[in-house]
Amino acid sequence: MVNLLWLQSGGCGGCTMSLLNAEGPDLVSLLENAGIHLLWHPSLSEETGADVVQLLEQILSDEISLDLLCIEGSMLRGPEGTGRFHLLGGTDIPMIEWVSRLSEKAGYTLAIGSCAAFGGISSASDNVTDATGVQFEGELRGGLLGGDYQSRNGMPVINVSGCPTHPDWVTETLLSLVLDTPSEDDFDDFFRPRLYADQLVHHGCTRNEYYEYKASAELPGELGCMMEHMGCLGTQAHADCNSRPWNGNGSCTRGGYACINCTAPEFEEPRHSFVETPKIAGIPVGLPTDMPKAWFVALASLSKAATPDRLRHNARSENLIYPPTLHKKNHK
Amino acid sequence: MSQSETDQPKRLSVGPFNRVEGDLDIKLEIAAGAVTSARVNSTLYRGFEQILIGKPAMDALVYTPRICGICSVSQSVACARALADASGVAMSPNGALSQNLLLANESLTDLLTHFYLFFMPDFARTVYQRESWFEPVERRFKAVKGQATREVLPARAGFLHLMGLMAGHWPHTLAIQPGGTSKPVTKQEKIRLLAILAEFRRFLEHVLFDDDLEVISALSTLEQLRAWQHQKDWQQGDLRRFLHLSDALGLDQLGQATDRYLSVGNFPLKEDARLLPAGVWTPQGTQPFDVSLITEDISFSWMDGVDNQPLHPQQGQTEVSLRSSEKPEAYSWCKAPRLAGSVVETGALARALVGGNPLLAELVTQYGGSVTARVLGRLLELASLVPQMQLWAKSLQPDQPFCDHLDLHSQLDGEGVGLIEAARGSLGHWVRIKNGKISHYQIVAPTTWNFSPRDQHGVPGALEQGLEGAPVQEGEKDPVAVQHIVRSFDPCMVCTVH
Repeated sequence: MVNLLWLQSGGCGGCTMSLLNAEGPDLVSLLENAGIHLLWHPSLSEETGADVVQLLEQILSDEISLDLLCIEGSMLRGPEGTGRFHLLGGTDIPMIEWVSRLSEKAGYTLAIGSCAAFGGISSASDNVTDATGVQFEGELRGGLLGGDYQSRNGMPVINVSGCPTHPDWVTETLLSLVLDTPSEDDFDDFFRPRLYADQLVHHGCTRNEYYEYKASAELPGELGCMMEHMGCLGTQAHADCNSRPWNGNGSCTRGGYACINCTAPEFEEPRHSFVETPKIAGIPVGLPTDMPKAWFVALASLSKAATPDRLRHNARSENLIYPPTLHKKNHK
Repeated sequence: MSQSETDQPKRLSVGPFNRVEGDLDIKLEIAAGAVTSARVNSTLYRGFEQILIGKPAMDALVYTPRICGICSVSQSVACARALADASGVAMSPNGALSQNLLLANESLTDLLTHFYLFFMPDFARTVYQRESWFEPVERRFKAVKGQATREVLPARAGFLHLMGLMAGHWPHTLAIQPGGTSKPVTKQEKIRLLAILAEFRRFLEHVLFDDDLEVISALSTLEQLRAWQHQKDWQQGDLRRFLHLSDALGLDQLGQATDRYLSVGNFPLKEDARLLPAGVWTPQGTQPFDVSLITEDISFSWMDGVDNQPLHPQQGQTEVSLRSSEKPEAYSWCKAPRLAGSVVETGALARALVGGNPLLAELVTQYGGSVTARVLGRLLELASLVPQMQLWAKSLQPDQPFCDHLDLHSQLDGEGVGLIEAARGSLGHWVRIKNGKISHYQIVAPTTWNFSPRDQHGVPGALEQGLEGAPVQEGEKDPVAVQHIVRSFDPCMVCTVH
């Protein structure tokens, strides 16, 4: 049996709510099938109050082994280093202290969601709560535990980022730790699992044909590509949202709005509006990943010139005006 | 132990209080086997009202859903309404229907999650192991392991496919716009929606209610409810199981709070009509709701500012510091909202009472608000809203617009308010925009009302009142009656302070 403890701090609880959307099988069955025992989860477990505090103390005194420590939400160091923006209920002890102590006992420590991974939404603007990730502060290694931290199994904190996380990103990462022998090579430079971070949101985007011809949407609801005007970062965002959709068959771009690259550190401060593409001389500032600028400009102007009328008109419409032309065999 | 020893007031700190959304800490004073005083501490501060200042107006639609992972769409809708109010944009009919469907999808998901995952597992605690009903209840509702969890999780996930289809995903969509939604529904998708709703309805009728939704919604007196309950064995359907436990444990006598109930109304229909009306209900009758009478008091909150000077949210301030975290009398990050100076309770029960539900009005008038009334309010809302969702989905017109547009990116100036009912009750967003940037943002969430600390006059909030008198058995560290009462409010702690 593998013991899992889940704690929440400076976040919204949305990664847990998303995790409960796991399907085929449901979350409880999946954990049980993998031999993962929930020591405690704030939304699911029976134990409350004194029983929980006792459990945490038993982990710290090595009476109970902690194999998987999942942290959801940012680590709030404020005000002025006291951690008082979140004292764990019933304990008067800052959550950052609980996490620091428990992480020393953990086989693997996982930061679930972009808040726990990098600071996330809670660290936006002036970061009034002095929020940070468990082992990253934005793009920089460090965070609450420091860059040198390694869990008992010799791994840094695993950053299952996303705002929220897809249920499969969490469950498959947990399963990979239990069923497999992970190495650092299974994670990218931000220590995100490559099982979802090796993809781009662009892959499998249902608006790909509009992208190819730079047939762009300008208003929410229109069918065209959202990169040119509406702030979409799908060509740069590391996640498999369009090849492994959400809640059945959904994704941000399928929902008619821009990908905001929520799996990336510092996504919460784009330094311009999320829903407008910043441009210099009419050319989007952020280019598709690995695309040389000169080629992008050349190809974009070529493909714009070649845009079929069907796509040009459909791109600016909420409904499909023109379906693709039928190609019939030329019977005589 | 002698009588005088048991009569000594005792202090008890209950936390981390789980199976609520977020973290919670409750300090109790106990004497003669009952709670005499409760102080509710919302332990987490994140500062959304400060984060939003200076951001482009439309970016509020990115930040505000992330206040809460369980009421994310509710936050989006309240924000979109506030932006629409500030800019004067109207909603297309399809947009209004879509927002109603999304909001109802989230709210009903939350009501279901609360009942099965948060509330019922407390009856499977060993403290009840000698009760005649314990074994089957433990088998069905035990936290994590109970058979109900495995039935509910797939039904919940299937119901939320509506979000995948109409909002991209849940939580945290950017589909909700001031003028409607960014997701036009095609004819094919409309068929799919109806299939999703029909399947969820089947689950409710077979597993939760063991009866047709119309039969449940038609129950209009306590006598009718009793007659329905006793038509079959208590183990036929989860509603009968709950009613059986309510009778056995006297849950209809437990947890009375202020018995003043607020609903700000919900679900716009054609013209100015709404499916659920706004108002303030007391056993003496229903009064109109006046948004200008809302104030927030920070006398017992870890906030900087002037104590004893409650402010309307359009003027409200949120400032925190090391100094405010050391404020001597303060005990929560939550402000204390009041309506015309009074404490109110909000939630599904309030919506039903303000909406004129005769069964719940009889229950609350007769026994006062209670654990039973709150839980029943939620389950009856599940029964009444799903057929409504089916009607809304049928009314969608795929060839008509889903979003009315207005250029909110420009140098807009204005102020607006968005008031809606989230699963847990009344939610308000107040925004002021200068040159297209947010210059003021205040949020009063449902659990801010329900889990409010004391105000300048020392009057406790709704839950604090509801806990007074709760029985505490000798030696109980986390009294089970306290747990039933707290969870009967279905608190969302991350919304509370935000």
